Amino acid sequence: MSMIPRHKVTSVAIIGFAVIALICAFLYTAGVFGNNQVTAQQFVNFQQGENPHLGFRRAHAKGVCVRGDFIATGELAAHTRSTLFEAGSTPFIGRFSIGGGNPSAPDLESGVRSLALSFDAGSDQQWRTAMNTPPVMAVGTPEDFYAQLQTLMPDPETGQRNPERIAEFFANHPETENFRRWSAQYQPSGSFASEQYHSINAFYLINQQGEQQAVRWAAVPTVQIDENQYADTDQAANALALDVRDQLEDGTIVFDLVFTLASSDDDENNPTQPWPESRQQITAGQLVIRQLEQDAAICNNLNFDPLILPRGMQATNDPILRARSASYAESYRRRARETWLGKEQQQ
Amino acid sequence: MTQPVTTFPLSMRIFHWGMAALVLSMIFAGLAMVQSLQTWQPTVLALHKAFGVVALVAVLLRLINRLRSRVPELPSDLPSWQVFAAKASHVLLYAALFAMPISGYLMQSAAGRAVDVFGIFTLPPLMSADLVWYGVFREMHSWVAYALIALLVVHIAAALQHGLLRQDGVLKSMWKR
Repeated sequence: MSMIPRHKVTSVAIIGFAVIALICAFLYTAGVFGNNQVTAQQFVNFQQGENPHLGFRRAHAKGVCVRGDFIATGELAAHTRSTLFEAGSTPFIGRFSIGGGNPSAPDLESGVRSLALSFDAGSDQQWRTAMNTPPVMAVGTPEDFYAQLQTLMPDPETGQRNPERIAEFFANHPETENFRRWSAQYQPSGSFASEQYHSINAFYLINQQGEQQAVRWAAVPTVQIDENQYADTDQAANALALDVRDQLEDGTIVFDLVFTLASSDDDENNPTQPWPESRQQITAGQLVIRQLEQDAAICNNLNFDPLILPRGMQATNDPILRARSASYAESYRRRARETWLGKEQQQ
Repeated sequence: MTQPVTTFPLSMRIFHWGMAALVLSMIFAGLAMVQSLQTWQPTVLALHKAFGVVALVAVLLRLINRLRSRVPELPSDLPSWQVFAAKASHVLLYAALFAMPISGYLMQSAAGRAVDVFGIFTLPPLMSADLVWYGVFREMHSWVAYALIALLVVHIAAALQHGLLRQDGVLKSMWKR
């Protein structure tokens, strides 16, 4: 019996080691051995819970699709090279929604309302924004946000939130104070049309000279509607959607799109901190919502990823903002796959 | 009669090693960025898309260059199943190198999104946003990536086998003159 030459044994060992090391590097990067940080998948798993509503957005599952035009004043044009803000009109697709992953949740019981918009004025002038009623985040990082959501989740046994855990979380996170102060005084109005929706995170405008200016924006309502006429009817579950339908039957819903310019004292990377009211504000134009979009697929097709920005706008380093893209993409991927495979639930 | 060549021409070696670095970087970036919520994620995502366009142009030029070049023959004593495996895996590698950026561009298109290339120009979406097509192309992008990873592992293992065990000049033909 002949001996296997020593160099062959060494060579096989080297090849085996190299191949295993390479495979391990791929698996490690793919998170197979676990992750030190919260991932988009964990986040979306948490949002969707034990019984996901297949085919629906994992957050803000219930909404109403609308169309309108952004009528720019031109007043913001000096601050950004984006052509969307030159005086003129750009059509948009919009979606009013309530927070949460349940596509048949009662409209008036959600604590958060949202307005998402998608503008498409050519391939370098696409802009999507997803705005919420709170002006600030409670916490400033995705890890803390994940912990916050877990703290706020009702105990699976009692079905109740645990006030002690919540108090402890807030005590350990003093940055939540601004959010809590807003939350305590916020009164939901009777309509999607009378809420103010905030970008929450800050962005940079880039002007023709290449200079950047940190901004936040808000869709500011032009009407005040305290009561919803469907609130005490058997159609209360869809009260906000029905109200939008009614308003658009014989009119428009209008918001001012108001930008607030940061000063050098403001930290644009901290979404928990409001900026003083004295900061310069510029009304970039009016969002004129003209009609209900009957084809819900028009909005379902869209991922309102707030990092889709036109040339002339850029993301800040706000950790929450920069975490939004990956988590929105994971939710979009799941519902797209489910819809493709015909697994989506009927609402 | 011309002498048989023993090494790949310089242009092919540059394409090979350049794309090796690019493709490995893209795969690692892709695997990490679909999970990460860290601040580097949108930056890496933007680079991944822009370099995807570079990769598509590169593989196209590489294929043209490959078809125009004289390449070394496989060793005459190579078992026929290995000859078949070598040829088939190279066809599949080229197919995957095309399918990766194409499926990436298609999934962006189905999301209604343009692809920004280093802020220099943008590729417009090829269709208006469509959830079902996004589902198809998004999953395709993943499956092709897994196939490409498997092909790369086999390719590297085979190359090392040629270089260390058989010592038949196949690895050297892509390594040096």
